[in-house]
Amino acid sequence: MPYLTIFLPLIGSILGYSLKSLGDRYSEVITTVFLFISAVLSIVIFYNGIVSEDYGNYKIIEWISSGSLKVNWSINIDPLSSIMLVVVTSVSFLVHLYSIGYMSNDPHKPRFMVYLSLFTFAMLMLVVSDNFLQLFFGWEGVGLCSYLLIGFWYKKNSANNAAIKAFLVNRVGDFGLAIGIFLVFNYFGTVNYDEVFAKIGEQSAQEINFMGLNVNLITLISLALFIGAMGKSAQFLFHTWLPDAMEGPTPVSALIHAATMVTAGVFLVVRCSPIFEYSQVALNFIAVIGMITAVFAASIALVQNDIKKIIAYSTCSQLGYMFFAAGVGAYHVAIFHLFTHAFFKALLFLGAGSVIHAFKDEQDIRKMGGVWKKIPYTWGLMLIGTLALTGFPLLSGFYSKDAIIEFAFFKNSKIGYYAMTVGILTAFLTAIYSWRLFFKTFHGKYNNLDIPIEKTHESPLIMLIPLIFLSIGAIFAGYAFKELLIGHDYQDFWRNSIFFLKKIEHLHLPLWLLFSTPVLVIIAIPLSYYLYIKNSDILSSVRKLNEPLYNFLLNKWYFDELYEAIFVKPLKVIGLFLWKKGDQNTIDRYGPDGFSKIIKYFSNKAIKFQSGYIYDYAFVMLLGLSFLLTYLMIK
Amino acid sequence: MITNIELGHYLTLGGVIFLLGVVGIFLNRKNVIVILMSVELILLSVNINLVAFSTYSNEIVGQIFTFFILTVAAAEAAIGLAIIVSYYRNKGSIRVQDINEMKG
Repeated sequence: MPYLTIFLPLIGSILGYSLKSLGDRYSEVITTVFLFISAVLSIVIFYNGIVSEDYGNYKIIEWISSGSLKVNWSINIDPLSSIMLVVVTSVSFLVHLYSIGYMSNDPHKPRFMVYLSLFTFAMLMLVVSDNFLQLFFGWEGVGLCSYLLIGFWYKKNSANNAAIKAFLVNRVGDFGLAIGIFLVFNYFGTVNYDEVFAKIGEQSAQEINFMGLNVNLITLISLALFIGAMGKSAQFLFHTWLPDAMEGPTPVSALIHAATMVTAGVFLVVRCSPIFEYSQVALNFIAVIGMITAVFAASIALVQNDIKKIIAYSTCSQLGYMFFAAGVGAYHVAIFHLFTHAFFKALLFLGAGSVIHAFKDEQDIRKMGGVWKKIPYTWGLMLIGTLALTGFPLLSGFYSKDAIIEFAFFKNSKIGYYAMTVGILTAFLTAIYSWRLFFKTFHGKYNNLDIPIEKTHESPLIMLIPLIFLSIGAIFAGYAFKELLIGHDYQDFWRNSIFFLKKIEHLHLPLWLLFSTPVLVIIAIPLSYYLYIKNSDILSSVRKLNEPLYNFLLNKWYFDELYEAIFVKPLKVIGLFLWKKGDQNTIDRYGPDGFSKIIKYFSNKAIKFQSGYIYDYAFVMLLGLSFLLTYLMIK
Repeated sequence: MITNIELGHYLTLGGVIFLLGVVGIFLNRKNVIVILMSVELILLSVNINLVAFSTYSNEIVGQIFTFFILTVAAAEAAIGLAIIVSYYRNKGSIRVQDINEMKG
């Protein structure tokens, strides 16, 4: 059964590709049905795991056996991977279904579905691996599929640029991950999780010399792995690719750049919790990066105007939440937030896709508004998604986000209190920008001059059904799984898949903390309604007063420009120099080009001998013969 | 003054005819048939040499070879003429300047 779960998406993608000549419908149906079966099986695996503790390691085939390096392709089912299986396959199935509707006017439907299925396979390989190498395979696989899907509309220049940017930024992170894996293999002699984790304790004090510095081995490994996670999860400094990735079709944004792939970094940190737990430095670093990302991304989301970019920055910010949760040691809460986030963020993205569909590919929220009566289902579903994201009481985001803030408080350390403060602040910012998005999109005046309001239309049923399923997840996932995943007996579920050096104390929560977040979140609703709909003059005067700050946020803290100046431009100059001067003017000039020039010169001379007149040839023959005879006679 | 015609005279005649033939090939810029004739001249000069040596050394083999060479020369002339005729049909010219298709 685990085999089927993992390989059905791959088979689906291969079949979908080979059957594309039969018609688009075949590819769509095959990939979607296979994903559906895979999703059902994942849920069965998850259920069996909870009920009968039916976990295990299923070997597929031996991959590498060279000296002490022994690596298998295998399917490792444990609590952590089983919950990831459910998230990945179910969201992926719903996105497949949604894509049939959303992409109905695209000429390359089979290719799209095939990429989606292939991505799902790579992601599954990543989560079920029992060693670092297979994880790396899946890691690169999802990176590749992300590249292919961002650049899906390859005729658009911006899409190509975004795809390359995503790929390159990820490559920087992957470099860190690869170094981490090398270090692990070098010092532990194996890359299998079980064996590595078993040896961590005894190595925890070892210091090694790294680039002239004496560093704690575990800290170094943790930081290297975390750099990989930062790249994939678009954390601060590596975040620039995620908003640009919105150039891809909306279902891709929902599946890859919100619900699954970007959470791979969080997954990696949680999976390697036995390593991270031994390095307080690395944990603090994770927490700090997570906090910075959370606030930073939320602050940018406040002023963006592209509906998908707002949600993308929101994803970035929520990933920051997950990271600082992991950084304060609450790995299970990070995964819980990942779990709930997958539902409501996919819901928001697909809902945004539905809105974009209604406005005929308009993404600017300044050109929307006032249509909530025209597209009531989308409106309702987006409302659920927004409530869940902001952490409105009793919806799923409420449980996970509050849990993160609470656990940061329980940590009872300086960094924990910082994390808690940042968590509450970001929750407030999240609420503001989410409601801004919601109100500007659906309420107020109708602002689109290109399409009359009568022309906006509700999406077809096949796009709404996945949204309804996701909204069920967004409403109930938090409540239903709260006890299981982060309740008092959380270790009954997680067992050995997450390692806690010291058990997190469940203290009594002060009342002010319990109420602060929900109250702030609820206050944000009328506040943003007033600011963005009723009386937008206040905002514009505030904006006028703080023009530099506004531009700073609007231009995403000038990170793109900064990177352009620091990395891209110098590299371009160096590259141009090496290309023009180094390669073309030196190596080519004196190497291959030079040789061919010399040969051409001499052969042009030699051509002159070939007059084509027979008597010339005969003359030369005679001359030769005479010389030969003379030589023989003299000798 | 009458002198006997010695071997040397024959060989000189043969040499002169040979040179005429060779120079005829190189210096001829007009007609392919002239080349053919020059080749015949070269063969004839060889024949003269053979006959001269054969008489000089009382050996009949040289004269027999001459007949072989005459036969071969006739056949060669026939083939050469045939080639020239078909070349003329194809190209419409047998001027030597026009025959330079082997030019690189």
